[in-house]
Amino acid sequence: MQKLLLLGDEAISQGAIDGGISGFYAYPGTPSTEIMEYAQHSKEVKASGINCVWSANEKTAMESAIGMSYVGKRAMVQLKHVGLNVAADAFINSTITGVNGGLIVVAADDPSMHSSQNEQDSRFYGDFAMIPILEPSNQQEAYDMAQNGFELSEKYNVPILVRITTRLAHSRAGVSTGNKIAQNPISLPKDPRQFVLLPGIARKNYKKLLEMQEAMQEASNNSIYNKYIDGVDKSIGIVACGISYNYLMENFDGKCPHPVVKISQYPIPENHLRKLRNECQSILVLEEGYPLVEKNLKGFFNEGLQIRGRLDGSLPRDGELNPNLVAKALGLEIIEGEAIPEIVKMRPPSLCMGCGHRDVYNALNEALEDYDIGRVFADIGCYTLGALPPFNAINSCVDMGASITMAIGASDAGLVPAVAVIGDSTFTHSGMTGLLDAVIKDAPIVVLISDNSTTGMTGGQASAAKGRIVDICKGIGVNPAHIRILNPLKRLHEENLAILKEELAYKGLSVVVAQRECIQTAIRNKKAAKKTK
Amino acid sequence: MKIDIILAGVGGQGILTIAAVIGMAAVDKNLYLKQAEVHGMSQRGGDVQSNLRLSDKPIYSDLITKGCADIIISVEPMEALRYLPYLKKGGYVITNIVQFNNIVNYPNEDELNARIKALPNRIAINADQIAKDLGNTRASNIVVLGAAVPFLGLSIKELEGGIKSLFGSKGDDVVEMNITALHAGYEFAKSEM
Ligand SMILES: Cc1ncc(C[n+]2csc(CCOP(=O)(O)OP(=O)(O)O)c2C)c(N)n1
Repeated sequence: MQKLLLLGDEAISQGAIDGGISGFYAYPGTPSTEIMEYAQHSKEVKASGINCVWSANEKTAMESAIGMSYVGKRAMVQLKHVGLNVAADAFINSTITGVNGGLIVVAADDPSMHSSQNEQDSRFYGDFAMIPILEPSNQQEAYDMAQNGFELSEKYNVPILVRITTRLAHSRAGVSTGNKIAQNPISLPKDPRQFVLLPGIARKNYKKLLEMQEAMQEASNNSIYNKYIDGVDKSIGIVACGISYNYLMENFDGKCPHPVVKISQYPIPENHLRKLRNECQSILVLEEGYPLVEKNLKGFFNEGLQIRGRLDGSLPRDGELNPNLVAKALGLEIIEGEAIPEIVKMRPPSLCMGCGHRDVYNALNEALEDYDIGRVFADIGCYTLGALPPFNAINSCVDMGASITMAIGASDAGLVPAVAVIGDSTFTHSGMTGLLDAVIKDAPIVVLISDNSTTGMTGGQASAAKGRIVDICKGIGVNPAHIRILNPLKRLHEENLAILKEELAYKGLSVVVAQRECIQTAIRNKKAAKKTK
Repeated sequence: MKIDIILAGVGGQGILTIAAVIGMAAVDKNLYLKQAEVHGMSQRGGDVQSNLRLSDKPIYSDLITKGCADIIISVEPMEALRYLPYLKKGGYVITNIVQFNNIVNYPNEDELNARIKALPNRIAINADQIAKDLGNTRASNIVVLGAAVPFLGLSIKELEGGIKSLFGSKGDDVVEMNITALHAGYEFAKSEM
């Protein structure tokens, strides 16, 4: 047994390595990114030929993992919560095919939206998919669940969803590692049609999934991760899911006077909750995210025991939990420090000095001066910061790839020209299919690809498009005469401005590719080059 | 032994290095540790913090309870003030006084200095100047860490060990330079107390 100091993300990665994984599949996304990055830096992963190459998006990642499972080997998909939306088709259907090699999907949720567009709760996906969910309360459990999750997956013939949130993903603690489990050998499914979801087969598979539900419930009831911890004060019983268990225990220094049900495996452990209901006068539910357990306990008519939580205002309806919020819900008094002095101002993130996106927006803003405002559909990445002063340059950011397709819809409705601003990694993630739509109708839009040769926002991961953007656009069918390349530098401003003006005036589809390496990766690459010299 | 530390600064200023040095020293001492970090969007020039908790008993929460932090260590003065709700009564603020002004409404320099001076328990240090005098501007975060040594519950020797573990692979020069920076901050703090 070895003790390592690991982030929750890293603990999951090490757990999977020790659990006999053959392939990590992921697209970057805060707060899940460090799972793959840890694997990429692991000598063990390299030595045993475990896959750790980024996928183009979450759907391709999920499908590659299903393919690996088909061959009998163990695979893990890591994504941020909204990434599961992108992978959802493959994910839900993989519960109908079932698995061959163990399959784990790790969804990292971001309550309070530290780096996200929403705070959706991935446990609902697990519930919807009718598969077991594991929700670690600390880094050690994160390790253990990743290590043992493959076996659980193989036992119940379904993928397992591991759900974490930002705080666990990005917090470090000591983790004891366990035995190393060998990778599975190649072995194809016994039934060669297991993965063929023709209706006739899918119906049979679905029945199997339904029949398995009772066993999954039983597994939850008996799970080592779920616990009933008795307490003397039964005026209230507490349900604590995932890391909210820590916030509860923090308030009582580990000795809670009330009965507590700790939940880290779902379906919701019915036995423990039944006992809690029978013994306590009311129940307080602590859960990170949406009120999943609370709603279930309340039922539609809410006529039983008093159930408190996010729905009755005991806890805020949105945002992540913390020890203070839990204390307040329990009526415990905490003396907070001095309020934040008025002199302290917000310090929002901003584009780096020397970032090419700055010059892109300076040119675009000036090129658009001849038109009414409100026609720039942007996407997700560092360049989304162009929404803030001093640029105020963009009018939308919805989901990855939506810039091009929203511009198409807007131009269909008469907003001509419409502009789409998209980064290189977002373009290969899900912009290319939208560009094909634009080619087919020669939509009068300007697609401005701000290509910094990296996936900047999430920390500079390799971009699938590197050096290929122009060829991809040509291949999709954009008229080469209207594929323009510019170098976003201050001294080339006039030149770039002229190009943008020309393409805005053109009544068909144009693609403008602004190419300059991200300042952060450029610095890093320079340093690395110096080192090897 | 139990100490809760808020580390504060602006994305890119190196607070995670401070956390890592303390973390290494704590692990060498067999203490329990939890360290919540900020990754992602805020790292692009926004405000960042890290909650660092050390104890000789298991630690539950990754986050520090408001009103319970023993100290705030900040590499930027305005950021030091942002976390005052977390500081317990009588807790110390150790902060660099060199301002990092990357927003249009950054407070007036003198007013901010006065606000820092008005804190009852504080070590306010010009870490950039001290680091510059030592010939390495990049070590200013370690100077700030040095100024926090009297409040950490870890000895200067133990922190030197943390620096060796963290920077050892980068060569003796780097280790030496950071240990010098650590001592410079420590001496300043002692002279202020
Ligand atoms: C479906 C989905 N997956 C992942 C993310 C996380 N994410 C946000 S921006 C981004 C990278 C953008 O890279 P790029 O388009 O090259 O722009 P850059 O940040 O480099 O400017 C990622 C991975 C997300 N928001 N949604």
